Amino acid sequence: MAMFIGGAAPVHPPVPMTGQTMSEKVLARASHAESVRPGQIIDGDVDLLYMHEMLALALLPFNEIGTMKVWDPEKIVVTLDHWVPPPTPEIAKMHQTIRDFCRKQGIRRFHDVGDHGIVHQLIAERGYAHPWDLVIGSDSHTNMVGAVGAFAAGIGATDTAAVMAKGQLWLRVPETMRVDIHGTLGERTGAKDVILKVIGTTGDDAARYAAVEFTGPTVDAFPMNERFVLCNMTTEMGAKVGMIAADDVTKEYLAHSGHEFEPIRSDDDATFLRTFAFDVDGMGPQVACPSNPANLKPVEDVAGTKIDVAFLGSCTNARIEDLRIAAELLRGERVAPGVRFQITPASQIIYRQALKEGLVEVFMDAGATFTSSTCGPCFGGHLGTLAGDEVCISSTNRNYPGRMGSPTAQVYLASPWTVTASAIHGEITDPRKV
Amino acid sequence: MQTRYQGRAWIFGDDISTDHIIAGKYLGTTDSRVFAEHAFEAVDPTWAKNVRPGDLIVAGANFGCGSSREQAPVALKTLGISAILANSFARIFFRNAINLGFPVVECAGLRDRVKSGDVVALDLAGGEVRIPSGETFKFTPLPPNVLEILEAGGLVPKLRKELGTKSMS
Repeated sequence: MAMFIGGAAPVHPPVPMTGQTMSEKVLARASHAESVRPGQIIDGDVDLLYMHEMLALALLPFNEIGTMKVWDPEKIVVTLDHWVPPPTPEIAKMHQTIRDFCRKQGIRRFHDVGDHGIVHQLIAERGYAHPWDLVIGSDSHTNMVGAVGAFAAGIGATDTAAVMAKGQLWLRVPETMRVDIHGTLGERTGAKDVILKVIGTTGDDAARYAAVEFTGPTVDAFPMNERFVLCNMTTEMGAKVGMIAADDVTKEYLAHSGHEFEPIRSDDDATFLRTFAFDVDGMGPQVACPSNPANLKPVEDVAGTKIDVAFLGSCTNARIEDLRIAAELLRGERVAPGVRFQITPASQIIYRQALKEGLVEVFMDAGATFTSSTCGPCFGGHLGTLAGDEVCISSTNRNYPGRMGSPTAQVYLASPWTVTASAIHGEITDPRKV
Repeated sequence: MQTRYQGRAWIFGDDISTDHIIAGKYLGTTDSRVFAEHAFEAVDPTWAKNVRPGDLIVAGANFGCGSSREQAPVALKTLGISAILANSFARIFFRNAINLGFPVVECAGLRDRVKSGDVVALDLAGGEVRIPSGETFKFTPLPPNVLEILEAGGLVPKLRKELGTKSMS
């Protein structure tokens, strides 16, 4: 195996193994075993636990467990993302509770309001998660982080409390479902269209309890921002984790973190539960229609549907590359009359970069609204929610009834290309035709 | 540990998400009564008022899909729902419920054989569900480690015993 970064000793020495998938390799390492099999229950040592405001809810069981101290403050990252800045006094108080807890527990990597980001993006861009890591996050879209070659799974409040107390989590070793993607995508079509196609084809629970691994030349050619999109929405397939082999693209992305790692990929003779092969050659933009992420249509089938709102945001599609797409289409154009187009970057780092590149000015000239980073609109929490019967096209990940506000609002999920083209025309628009 | 439950069934379909169970706008608190009060509001605003302690939920596939919000099982447990029987569960919802000591059982085919209001009897130890027609459904028993958590009354009491700690709250 080639060693990355100057040939120094790897942080996670690999054990000799054959016939294992990536997820099995990480769980074997985390449970100090030579190898593990699907179905086996293991106790895994957690390399990184990250939390957002769910920490406040997890403090109730954490205090009931009664260890007083977290197992290792150096392995914990906390940020505020769901309600930033706090929209109510109760939530401001919740943030205070979290702030106090991090200070008292010596959690140095607490990213307060001002230094915040949607937690998955913050973890990725700051290089906090690495190949071979067992990463546990207090949010369902933790799957996104698996794009760096980590086993990254989401959990709820009580499990979060348990990890804080023990540094371990029980996990059932998942079967791995392989999604092999080949072909060159059509114009103005990207990873979001691919993952919508995968979910629409396999169903919104096709990967329940399973690990999903993306392979194939299309995936190899994707930059990290696109790989994050694929893994992010494995949550909408029901997957425990989404993973992509760590290669030179991963290495370059993580170079700034100074972390050295061994590459990780599934063995050639590993056992997969199932392999789905997708030929995306020439494929165009896809849209998930109300009110299920698997309710798929090609954009031409829904083109012309009038919209009230377009939203570009969330952990799924609000990275700098997504904002550049929006600016490219908006330059010299106007958001359609009567439509509100909101752009909410996934982190403060992206916000700053957008300013530096002059993107914010383009957004404002076009009549779009540019806000501070938050999860707010995606989960119907605050800072842009939908009224009854409003129709929204969104770069986010879910469209169940009531997800973004009123239960009667209609949400279409699409790529940054399709969302922006639709904002300009006031109706769902094929971005290849603008 | 209680292993037998009997109560009125509330019937739900497939892909019931955590957004259906408790909307995002109610999550800005740690007060479980708020979650309970607004449970399933998007589906039926009167639902939470009509639930009686001891009632059960019988649902289709992928129950609890979506977010990791533990407020979803907390809301249902706080209302007194005694157990959830579904064709299948989304993984985080399943873990969250078990961690709260809230019985969730995968019982394939049950949903199509019961209607709203039917009295359903669950025998957790025996691995069986009985419906008014007298028909019984066998389900796969929970894995031993999951059963251990349920038997302890949830993950917190289990960990307290394991670690020899005392509650600080």
